[in-house]
Formats: sequence, structure tokens, C-alpha cells
Amino acid sequence: MPALLDVSGVTLRYKTSSAVVTATERVGFSVDRSDRFVLLGPSGCGKSTLLKAVGGYLKPSEGSMRINGRDITGPGADRMMIFQEFDQLLPWKSVLGNVMFPLLMTRRLPRKEAEQRARAYLEKVGLTRVVDAYPHTLSGGMKQRVAIARGMAMEPDILLMDEPFAALDALTRRTCQDELLQLWDETRFTVLFVTHSIAEAIKIGNRILLLSPHPGRVKAEVIDVDQVSSEDGSAARLERQIHDLLFAGSATAH
Amino acid sequence: MGEARILIRDDAVAASQAHGEVERKLGVAELLWNDGFVRKAVIIVVLAAIWEAYGTLLDNPLLFPTFHDTVLALVDRVRDGTIPLRAWASLKVLFMGYAAGITLAAILTIVAISTRIGTDFLETVTAMFNPLPAIALLPLALIWFGLGNGSLVFVLIHSVLWPVALNTHSGFKGVSNTLRMVGRNYGLRGFPYVVRILIPAGFGAILTGLKIGWAFAWRTLIAAELVFGVSSGQGGLGWFIFENRNLLDIPAVFAGLLTVILIGLVVENLIFRTIERNTVQKWGTQS
Repeated sequence: MPALLDVSGVTLRYKTSSAVVTATERVGFSVDRSDRFVLLGPSGCGKSTLLKAVGGYLKPSEGSMRINGRDITGPGADRMMIFQEFDQLLPWKSVLGNVMFPLLMTRRLPRKEAEQRARAYLEKVGLTRVVDAYPHTLSGGMKQRVAIARGMAMEPDILLMDEPFAALDALTRRTCQDELLQLWDETRFTVLFVTHSIAEAIKIGNRILLLSPHPGRVKAEVIDVDQVSSEDGSAARLERQIHDLLFAGSATAH
Repeated sequence: MGEARILIRDDAVAASQAHGEVERKLGVAELLWNDGFVRKAVIIVVLAAIWEAYGTLLDNPLLFPTFHDTVLALVDRVRDGTIPLRAWASLKVLFMGYAAGITLAAILTIVAISTRIGTDFLETVTAMFNPLPAIALLPLALIWFGLGNGSLVFVLIHSVLWPVALNTHSGFKGVSNTLRMVGRNYGLRGFPYVVRILIPAGFGAILTGLKIGWAFAWRTLIAAELVFGVSSGQGGLGWFIFENRNLLDIPAVFAGLLTVILIGLVVENLIFRTIERNTVQKWGTQS
């Protein structure tokens, strides 16, 4: 079976006012259905840029990106983005309105069924009490849950999550991570997850792609990440190994 | 190796059984004072009282009639139907000019955000025409469109178009990159993208533009009527003021001015406040 998302030899460059910066160089990976695929690396490794390219916001100057066998040419609702920023919710729509919005805009479902679907997914993320509230009245964690419900309600081919929990406090972040895993157990969606936290990568992912910075290149791929557990210390050992691998270069350079 | 211990302290339970004031109802006076409408009404009453006191002290109705005389003149002119008729004549022209100005501003800004040259065009023309007083165009407008509502609508469009376009454009530019990406994620582009994402996201700035445009238009209209007077048989409020000054009926002049102010207050405090309360305040994008 071919991979759901196939990225091969992708080089991404973007222009600043004074220079052309290479964010990633010849990066390749493939994501299978129901993978929790994590892009991990220090800042400057181009992981967010890579995610935006998969989202269709950037065109690679080299290489190809295919989802379900189709070339990625622009943004589309088959790849739902979930951002780090809390302002990704539309402030003029209620929580329910936010989750229904993409369903209605893409004409995926008529209004009535869209509402049913939206309510079902809001229930999954435990937000039934605030369906009629406006985003500005919610806490950061609740806003991110709404964004996740909005993404999942579209039942996309893949969810693209750009450090969705990075702006949350430590306690809420942990709860949100647990909930995400629980949701995955229920629906087995495919997710491409960007983070700079090694612990989060190990907790969330079943496969991790390690990227090195300036420009972003693939350093290693960790598989069977879901086999480690925090109880017997194997997760901590893996964290140590990944840390050493990522920072080995910079340690000798200093 | 030592071990940490947890000491349970049920302070919360004990306190809730004793006193522990969590919520206190506000008094009637405090509640009233918290209402912006009441506070503003008090300001208006104080201003009217100062007016009345000064008018009585001066005792010269030809120069400065008292608040009392002005209100009497106002009631009188409202009863005989002149002020409502004149106000309606002004408002009709105003709505035409305001609506046309907003439509043009919408077209201009939509062109401006979709292309770079459109942005440059908008920035250049607003920089050129925004400082130009609408009244300065009136003599020209009279030659082009003649003595009629056409000239008035022309200067009104000029006074509405630039501030509304400028504010709308800055509202669009202020929409966060995240929201833009969210909109494009759902495949929104072109006109639906503007209507579904940019306009609601930039609504605070757009509303400010509409308010400024309204004030400019109202001002321009009254001034234009004062300058060139009656248009197509039925003059507006500006003409009413001018007429009564010529008759030296100063309380009526004040009544005309008061009507201009009252209409301004109603539009600002009823119409725009209601829109604000149901949009930007409800959404938490403006306090």
C-alpha cells in the first residue's frame, strides 16, 4: 500500500527582505495511515516551514509532496491545520460556529448534519458545556481543544499540528496530550505533529523524524516510539539518546 | 533517603461553612452609575444647566438664547412640522451619499487587497484626497451637477469614501496571519475569503471608519446646505439655520443646531453603539 503522505527530496526556500533562506534541504519522509508522525528538532530546523509546505502554503523549490497520490498544489481541507496561536479560532463565531465553519464553507455537509457532527466532536474533546460561548471567554487549553475538534470534525486525510500545545501551561499541556492520545485511540486519525520538545515527541508519536538545523536536514528517524513506556524508564532513556543525537554536533562545535 | 509527606488541610471546607463572602450584590446607585448611558445623560444635563445659567446671565436672546428658549423654539418648530421635514430632507440626501460612498470604498479596498498595484493606488489616492475638504469641491460640483442633490451627493461621497476606505484597508491589513491561513485552509479565496474572513476579522477598524465617515458626511452636508442653500425646492437643516439667521430668529437657529446635535447623538449612541455591542464587544475583539 502506498504511503498516505509522501515527501521526497523537498527543499524549501523563503525570501526575507535581504536574503533567500534555505529552511530545509532535500528532506524526505513518508507517513502511513493512522501514523502519529512527529517532526522534531531545535528551532531553525525548518520543521514548521515543512509543515506549512505540506499544508500547501509554500511551494518547494525542489522535490515533490504527494497526499493520497495527488500532488499538493495549495491549501485544502483534506489537510486540516491546527496552529499554536490561540487566535486561530474565529472570534466572531461561537464554539459551535467555529467547528461548523469549515464543514459549511467546503460544502461538505448541509447545516443540520454539520451541527450534529460538530456537537459530536465537541463532546469528544469534552466541551459540551461551552458550545455557545465565544472564543474570547475560553481558556487557552479550551481554545486548543476547539481547534482540535474543528480539525477532526472535517475528518481530513491528515491533521497537521504546529506545536499546538506550546503556548499552554505545563499542567494543561499534559492533559491535552493525554486527550489527544485518547482521541487517537478512538478514531485512529493520521497526524503530522511538529514540536521542539523531545518529551512531547516521545509521548505523542509512534514515529519521530529528527531534523538538524541551518538548513534543516534529516538526521534520523525513530520508529516504534509507542513501544517505550515511562514506567520502566525506557522513555527517559530514549529521551536521553535523542537529546545526545540532536545536540552532539553543537557540543563539539563550541 | 527521606520521603515527602502530604498534610491535608481543609481550610476551604471550613471557611465556606463560616462566612467567606464570594459575591456581593451592588447597590442601586452603583448599578446606575455603571451604566454608560446614565453617566452620559448626567453630563448632558450638566451642560444644559450651564447653558441655561449663562444665557440667563447674559440676557441677550439675539446673541445667545437660553436653553429654555431654544427648547421652546424647537418644540414649536417640531409641532408645525418644519424641523422634521427639513431633517428628513437632509437625511435623505445623506443616506444616498453615505451608501454610495461605502459602496465605492468597498470596491476600492477589495481591489486594493487583491493586488499590490491596487494597494499602491488606494494609498496614493487617499493620501491625495483625504486632506481635501469636501466643501472645497462644492463650487466645482455645482458646475458639474447643477443646483441639486447631485452636487450634494458628490461632495458627500468625497467625504465618506476616503476615511472608510482607509480604515477598512488598515482593518484588512491588521488581520492576523493565522486567521488568513485558517481561511485559506478551508479553500476560501477571492470574494468569499473577503466576506467570510477579512471583513469580520477587521470589523473593529471598519466600524471606526463608518463612524468617522458618518460624522464627516453629516458635517459636510450641513455646511454645504449653509453655503449654497436650498436644493430642489426643499431645503435641509443647514438651510433652515441659514434662513432663520437672516430672519434674526436666533432661538430657531439654536433649535436647528440642537437638532443637528441630537441626530448625531442618536446615531452614535443608538445605532453605532448597538452594532458595537452585538459585534466587536460580543466577540471580545474590542472592549
